[in-house]
Amino acid sequence: MTTPPPLIEARDLVKSYGAGQAPALRGAILHLAPGEILAVTGPSGSGKSTLLHCLSGIVTPDSGSVRYGSERLDQATETRRSELRRTEFGVVFQFGQLVGELTALDNVALPLLLAGTSRKKAHESAGEWLERFGVRGQAALRPGEMSGGQGQRVALARAMVTRPKALFADEPTGALDSLAGEQVMTALVHAARESGTAVLLITHDAQVAAYADREATVRDGAVAGETGAEVIR
Amino acid sequence: MSTAHILLSLLASEAGHGYDLKRRHDDRFPQARPLAYGQVYTTLQRLTRDGLAEVAKTEDPEDSGGPERTTYRITEAGVQALRTWLSETVPAAPVSAASEIFAKVVAIMASGFGDPADFLRDQRAAHLTRMRELTAAKTAPNATLSAVLSADYALNHLDADLRWMDTTAQRLDALAQEVRTS
Ligand SMILES: Nc1ncnc2c1ncn2[C@@H]1O[C@H](COP(=O)(O)OP(=O)(O)OP(=O)(O)O)[C@@H](O)[C@H]1O
Ligand SMILES: [Mg+2]
Repeated sequence: MTTPPPLIEARDLVKSYGAGQAPALRGAILHLAPGEILAVTGPSGSGKSTLLHCLSGIVTPDSGSVRYGSERLDQATETRRSELRRTEFGVVFQFGQLVGELTALDNVALPLLLAGTSRKKAHESAGEWLERFGVRGQAALRPGEMSGGQGQRVALARAMVTRPKALFADEPTGALDSLAGEQVMTALVHAARESGTAVLLITHDAQVAAYADREATVRDGAVAGETGAEVIR
Repeated sequence: MSTAHILLSLLASEAGHGYDLKRRHDDRFPQARPLAYGQVYTTLQRLTRDGLAEVAKTEDPEDSGGPERTTYRITEAGVQALRTWLSETVPAAPVSAASEIFAKVVAIMASGFGDPADFLRDQRAAHLTRMRELTAAKTAPNATLSAVLSADYALNHLDADLRWMDTTAQRLDALAQEVRTS
């Protein structure tokens, strides 16, 4: 079996947040294959979020490389990296990121509107994605009027609405009870498989990690181990 | 739990013959091992002997052309036995798999054969693999709610084992000391 080249490949990542501070990443190696679902687990403070930020081009590492196709994300300009996050990557953070002044529906439609989709089409798609993640009833609410878990689901809908090549999600079910978490993960897995989106998802919950094809464990700023066969669909 | 009680619960909703009960059982309990027909047959015999079920009718093979088919129904005593069983809580006993894992950790320390940390790491990987299989089964597009819930039951138990393994892995040194000095 020939393995297709990875979608994103990070090598020997080192990242410190300040002089005199222990580095958050110390030689982390990780790749994300096209269309795979990868769970990243590990103790609090081990460097999971920092790793996600480096792979999605939010943060540039002090050293090491991040390849996306023929591009070097670690050397790309901020303009290019934010363009990628708008068009080819979806990102869901651990904490609030929705636009506070916009309704849930407008928040989800926003990436499509920015890409030039008509208002009517953008709202139609946005409604469908809210439905998939079980928050259509909250379409007219602003982020401040939603629960934490509802906000997370709206953020996922917004990240998936462009059918990105890669979705980066930091604890996307952290604020959900187990039934809602299960519904959101099922919706996310189906949506990702359908759109061919690769998912890198950080979780501390083994039952959430079990939705993934593969699991990478981070310890002390490095990827300490991986389990699971690489399933390429 | 016994096959007898499960069959009684199926008979309580509708009388049926052996093959029919086997099929209904396998549909309702997708994670359980499929019932062997012989097991259904002997259980029905025993239920009849104990007065918990009775023969409702026997189809003559000459009428239907097939093998003889006996339809069973639940009796009043069967309903009572089923109600009693259903009203009893299940013993809150420790799960056997976890205690075997614990026994192996201590046995590795006592014998000096192998490394308990390696064992726990491998066991963790085995648990995660099984959890991924169960999760894949329950997220399949045609999965029934029964399949989802019975997979969830197994997943939650495996998850509990995992958490126990994680905390144990962090306390192996202290445990080793205890095992050596006792
Ligand atoms: N913006 C920042 N400024 C300074 N230090 C930071 C910053 N972000 C992270 N760190 C430090 O880097 C280390 C790794 O943090 P990171 O957020 O990557 O961990 P994590 O594995 O995501 O943890 P958690 O599970 O708690 O979210 C920690 O020691 C943290 O204190
Ligand atoms: Mg984090």
